[in-house]
Amino acid sequence: MADVTLLYFASIREKLGREMEERVLPESARTVHDLIEWLVTQDANYASAFAEPAKLRCAIDQVMAPLDAPLAGAREIAFFPPVTGG
Amino acid sequence: MKSVRVQPEDFDPGDEMTALGALGSGGVASFVGHVRGDGELIALTLEHYPQMTAKALDDLAEQALERWALDGVTLIHRIGRLVPGDRIVLVCTASRHRAAALEACAYLIDRLKTDAPFWKKEEFGDGRSSWVEARQSDDAAAERWG
Repeated sequence: MADVTLLYFASIREKLGREMEERVLPESARTVHDLIEWLVTQDANYASAFAEPAKLRCAIDQVMAPLDAPLAGAREIAFFPPVTGG
Repeated sequence: MKSVRVQPEDFDPGDEMTALGALGSGGVASFVGHVRGDGELIALTLEHYPQMTAKALDDLAEQALERWALDGVTLIHRIGRLVPGDRIVLVCTASRHRAAALEACAYLIDRLKTDAPFWKKEEFGDGRSSWVEARQSDDAAAERWG
């Protein structure tokens, strides 16, 4: 699978200690959920940042996406907590 | 007319309403959100997802334009560090029908709270800081529009 840019915002960014990274995703990462499962095996910070799926939101190529959304063709995947604007 | 802006600077609600009023629709509805001075809050910092924010707001404005007979929509959301009393957000809608202007304005502020990528971090007088948690009441308000 191609390189993707992963972006992190707000509390997710703080828990990971980074705001972005480039990753080559494994073939097993077919959905956002698969990607999270793979990331949490990478190091303990991911396990902490993604510990509560109910409080996790995602955007694929800058459009909000559910956690079971397919990743095929995705270039930029962003993770963040529920939004609190307005 | 559609105007969507994300900016650190303040805005003048009067200027924005005047601009929409000049379209000649007959009715302009507006909502201005300010930083609440809760407890010992000394500041609120708004973070956003720069590559996505303008598009998310533009999509919301388009949805309102499709759903109601509007002549104009203005959406402004501030980012950066704000203090109690500061303006955060403005929604203005212009229509020849008051129900359309008022409903579209309510729709936009409700949906903006759940669909646009902004996050708030609070700073308190005792040195604590924490991210504002999303509220279920905001989800319910957004969902009532279907």
